[in-house]
Amino acid sequence: MYKTEAIVLKRINLGEADNIITLYTPNFGKIRAVAKGVRRPKSKLGGHLDLLTQSALLLAQGQNLDIITQAQSIESFLTLKSDIKRISCAFYIAELVDQFTAEHVENYPIYRLLHENLLWLCEARSCELVLRHFELQLLSHLGYQPELHQCLSCKSQLAPERNLFSASSGGVLCSACAGNEPTARSISVDALKVMRFLLSNDPTSANRLQMSRELSQEVEQLIREYVRYLLEREVKSLEFMNHLR
Amino acid sequence: MRIGFIPAAAPISRLIEELGKLPGIGPKSAARLAYYLLRTPEAEAKALAEAIIAVKDKTVLCSSCQNVTDSDPCAICSSEERYHGIICVVKEPLDILALERTGRYTGVYHVLHGVLSPMDGIGPEDLKIKELLARIETGSVEEVILATNPNLEGEATAMYIQKLLSPLGLRITRLARGLPVGSDLEYADEVTLTHALEGRQAF
Ligand SMILES: [Zn+2]
Ligand SMILES: [Zn+2]
Repeated sequence: MYKTEAIVLKRINLGEADNIITLYTPNFGKIRAVAKGVRRPKSKLGGHLDLLTQSALLLAQGQNLDIITQAQSIESFLTLKSDIKRISCAFYIAELVDQFTAEHVENYPIYRLLHENLLWLCEARSCELVLRHFELQLLSHLGYQPELHQCLSCKSQLAPERNLFSASSGGVLCSACAGNEPTARSISVDALKVMRFLLSNDPTSANRLQMSRELSQEVEQLIREYVRYLLEREVKSLEFMNHLR
Repeated sequence: MRIGFIPAAAPISRLIEELGKLPGIGPKSAARLAYYLLRTPEAEAKALAEAIIAVKDKTVLCSSCQNVTDSDPCAICSSEERYHGIICVVKEPLDILALERTGRYTGVYHVLHGVLSPMDGIGPEDLKIKELLARIETGSVEEVILATNPNLEGEATAMYIQKLLSPLGLRITRLARGLPVGSDLEYADEVTLTHALEGRQAF
């Protein structure tokens, strides 16, 4: 038996009334566990294991997957769950964590980031800001932080002019070096600044950032391309999120 | 030394494999069921096989409510005893069985055949939402009861449909009170469901 906090990322039906639940935990990273009878109305677990709920759990070692024997919700992020647009963003956040992480790889900063950004998503002025901050910080905690200060090729300090962002090289190239990277795309000085700012600030400070529509779209496109390059596929929940815009 | 593993005779292996695809049936249960079927009298085994074929061959989706039926429109949609001004929207056909068991619901249904599940790539166009809108636009519907399960995906689906329907000016209610969060409607007992139906709230 062991105890852990966890945030529910995914639920899959198993058998009559059980679920296999994908959890993100502070000390064990991503794990999957079985919740028995959780779909029955009399289950004591049900409400505490809904998607995107933070719960305190008691687990028992199982043969294959561990079994959740007790659950008590800590934070249900109810404010975000009363707004369909914010829900769609939260699904996207959960999918990113699920896609980018392997089971049983501890990464406490990712747990904290997930928790903080779901809380932020409850109140944020702009959902876009939460998503961009989350994407960049997640990539950084996974070791994919894009190089945004010096040219990846010649190592010279980037000049305050249009440079080029290369998803396959993982950062920015100066215009002189960009010739060898046909897939690199233009990045404005402001987009570069926004990305640096989001990488070095927590939600409270990041929430103060103001972006024009064009700038917001530029940053979104650049990060999206980088995420797609790293995952080698589309993030499925993007479609629903875009559908609601 | 290990000796080669000899599998069950081919027809039995095949049956085990097929049974193992059913929800809630692991390899051991599949093997047990297969050998059970092997021992059952021929007539019984044939009846089972025929029932499985009939369920695929002789059923269609009702063109009105999308429930599984052997006659189109289905028995509920063509019944004059049902009140056609109230539509109860559910995730799957099993939910209709649960609600019918209460004997208290006199309106008609609409089956979505799923709920929004963006992480699995299931969006609005994968559900029978267009069909629901078409029904409402052509008929004289007064109330739509959103009876998806009380979990995040069920709530998100209800919210999404509510948003689509709200300009149409009909009464939209949510069947949720008394149903614990995270549970499936199909497992709710009649008393709980009756309370939930009677206590449905404007959404
Ligand atoms: Zn350079
Ligand atoms: Zn029908």
